[in-house]
Amino acid sequence: MADVPEPTVLASDYFQSYSVVGLLAVVGVLFVAVAFGAGRLLRPVVPTPEKLLTYECGVDPVGEGWAHTQVRYYVYAFLYVIFAVDSIFLFPWATVFAAPGYGATTLVEMFIFLGFLAVGLLYAWKKGVLSWA
Amino acid sequence: MNDVLDVALRLVIVFAVFLVVPLVVGQTEHKVMAHMQGRLGPMYAGGFHGWAQLVADGVKFAQKEDIVPAEADRRVFQMAPAVALLPYLLVLVAIPIGPGEGAVGQVVDAGIFFVLAVMGIGVLGSLMAGWASANKFSLLGGLRTAAQLLAYELPMLLAAASVAMAAGTVSLPGILDAFEWWWLPWQIVGALVFFVAGLAELQRPPFDMPVADSEIIFGAYTEYTGLRFALFLLAEYAGIVVLCGLTTVLFLGGWHGPLGADGLGWVWTLLKTAVLAFVVIWLRVTYPRLREDQLQKLAWTTLIPLALAQIALTGIVKVAIN
Repeated sequence: MADVPEPTVLASDYFQSYSVVGLLAVVGVLFVAVAFGAGRLLRPVVPTPEKLLTYECGVDPVGEGWAHTQVRYYVYAFLYVIFAVDSIFLFPWATVFAAPGYGATTLVEMFIFLGFLAVGLLYAWKKGVLSWA
Repeated sequence: MNDVLDVALRLVIVFAVFLVVPLVVGQTEHKVMAHMQGRLGPMYAGGFHGWAQLVADGVKFAQKEDIVPAEADRRVFQMAPAVALLPYLLVLVAIPIGPGEGAVGQVVDAGIFFVLAVMGIGVLGSLMAGWASANKFSLLGGLRTAAQLLAYELPMLLAAASVAMAAGTVSLPGILDAFEWWWLPWQIVGALVFFVAGLAELQRPPFDMPVADSEIIFGAYTEYTGLRFALFLLAEYAGIVVLCGLTTVLFLGGWHGPLGADGLGWVWTLLKTAVLAFVVIWLRVTYPRLREDQLQKLAWTTLIPLALAQIALTGIVKVAIN
């Protein structure tokens, strides 16, 4: 182990920054646990059947809470997933596109990419998908 | 950086900011809203202009009986407030308030990525609450929250990508190091898109239809009382702090200012964040609530095209400069 290869060192740095984030997450979980624990000691517990009833404007609830509803926006959901996955690819590209040696070529690529997104959006709009059904 | 004490100190400071600054924003909201509506707001708690009102509220919340409806999905119902709150704590650690490594909780390489991903988790808390309550109002609120998520997440992502392009890095301190004053007009459209989308993520007025009190009581939080309800409220205000801090860092130059960027950088960051938080409160007093379909329309036909145009502009200018 005389000379540690460079990538190993980078990786350890990389994970060290996330270990602090992880520690903070532990602090946060502890905070919530302590708050809930202290709340248990401080508050009264006097349950009655009426209190535990689901709230429905003061009358007894009709049917169950997990009622059937019409989900009107599932097409938006598809659109969103498609576009969001596309957009994720922007980030790695964004950090290098203006580096020496790229320039105009990557810019044209960007317009092709944006063109795809824009045409997709226009198509969805033309199809009437973007109006609440 | 390896020093245990150093890390502990950073964690304590981030945690203290997380607990105190949202309360300051909340108290400011009480007072600003009151004065905009010709009222005084809280005046008694603590003596001086009701400064201790939120502390008193906290004490009240902690003493209230904790009710989990008999029909509810008990565990998920109880966990939801923690899921809504903790992501904002984690985001705070990555926001730089001054120049150098000393003024940020932790330099996270994948800054923008990390921040947007973790902020997205907070919304899961509302979805969990809406589903687990087994209440029709809560379910409707949860579905509205989900619909809202689909509307704002994409413009937010695209606007942030524009800044990453301008700076050539996704690290938050890296973006601030690269910042020049003329980015302000250059990225202004992206800034507006990001801020508006962020408001929608926080379910703040005018985008508060998931909690619209006159239609669905309090949406996903209808069945909550006491401490768990208080944590949801804290999450909302922590969210305001995080959104305003991020907008400051990404679009308004963070610690850069007309003067004193070396020693007083943190003052600029706090000042810009405070002004944005004031705008958030101001919007609540000024605008009526949008309908869910109006938000979808705003997002897909206005915000996303604007964000795409901003990306095109950023790309052209950036390549032209080089």
